[in-house]
Amino acid sequence: MDENIKLVIVDREGTAHDLEAPTEMNFNLMEIMRAAELPVEGTCGGMALCASCHCYINTDHELNEPSDDEEDMLDQAFFVESNSRLSCQIPITKNIDGLKVTLAPVSE
Amino acid sequence: MIKTDILIIGAGPCGLFTVFEAGLLKLKCHLIDVLPQVGGQLSEIYPKKPIYDIPGFPSILAGELVDNLMQQIEPFKPTFTLGEQACEIKRLDDGSFEVTSNKQTIINAKVIAIAGGLGSFEPRKPPIPNLATFEDQGVDYMVKDPEKYRNKKILIAGGGDSALDWTIELSDIAEHITMIHRRNSFRGALDSVDKVMELSKAGKIDLITEAQAIGVKGNGKLDAIEIKTKENNHWLDVDYFIPLFGLSPKLGPIADWGLSITRSAIDVDTLDYSTNVDGIYAIGDINNYEGKLKLILCGFHEATLMVQSAFKRVYPDQKLSFKYTTVSGVNGFS
Repeated sequence: MDENIKLVIVDREGTAHDLEAPTEMNFNLMEIMRAAELPVEGTCGGMALCASCHCYINTDHELNEPSDDEEDMLDQAFFVESNSRLSCQIPITKNIDGLKVTLAPVSE
Repeated sequence: MIKTDILIIGAGPCGLFTVFEAGLLKLKCHLIDVLPQVGGQLSEIYPKKPIYDIPGFPSILAGELVDNLMQQIEPFKPTFTLGEQACEIKRLDDGSFEVTSNKQTIINAKVIAIAGGLGSFEPRKPPIPNLATFEDQGVDYMVKDPEKYRNKKILIAGGGDSALDWTIELSDIAEHITMIHRRNSFRGALDSVDKVMELSKAGKIDLITEAQAIGVKGNGKLDAIEIKTKENNHWLDVDYFIPLFGLSPKLGPIADWGLSITRSAIDVDTLDYSTNVDGIYAIGDINNYEGKLKLILCGFHEATLMVQSAFKRVYPDQKLSFKYTTVSGVNGFS
């Protein structure tokens, strides 16, 4: 059974990384990026409480709407753009197959 | 000077529980934490979130777990230095350590247990070029003395409780306040949001939403902040700029203590959670070993094994006999 989806992650140096992620494991995007040893802190562990997994969505996939918690946290983040999301709030599901995201810069 | 057996750096759940396990072995503990309250991230970040993997508690709020731990360790009379950061460390001739805080508190301890979690919480600094040049020269990341801002022109940035609260409080003190925020809506207590809206309507403050501070200028001292709105970029003359974007954890001064560190975590030997520096241990989220899981329950286990090893350092000539609390009870310190 092949339930994997494909993702493209562009790191802060501009290098694109092709990743595959299983949809049946209840993972989120932050966890997949961290498991691939990309430089994503995910400090709070995925509770939308730290903004260290901030990324930009580069494709027009229909994603789940950001929750109030996520919006609140983005208020404390920097370099926020209209396509900003916290990757820990994006579940790995079939409908994001082919998603491309860019890691947001980290401030001091 | 404070003297103790174990100085615990970090008063999160793991640091707190260390007091209990150390107490059973008659070791006294002092805790230091940069935050003004105990509990670490549990108090600072998610006090109202339920935790489901504390053994024996199908569900417990993070804040409740902290309260319970404080109750559990009370018999062992821990002492605290809160709101201060452990900065410098010196080894004395007798093998003990002398740790000095950023406020010059000196603590002498036979053993150090770093239970620093994610690191010490420091204000998030907006990525504005040259902002650091103006720190304490017009740029403040927290309000310590409101009187400092009397009859001054102030810009407050942020959309959370502290930005709202200080805007309200300083509106009576400052000559003029401008508040800027990334969005149109605010998080934070509804009451505070209403008050800020009222102040704005009454013309007592200038509220600029969907805007960001992007530049600073001044000659030694801050003169103006560049504000980017949807319509334009413009400079606003201010005496003080107060960005309030919450706190984020940084490893901080312990990064310079000669400890072996991998990806912001301190390497330890899983035999007793000792670091490469004799007499310094690291437990909980801040340590690193093969198979490490950042879980509170793992931190409790690490603390328990760690104090056994700490005992041997504090009382090298004494034999340690292991006793169950069901047999011996909890014999606190007077």
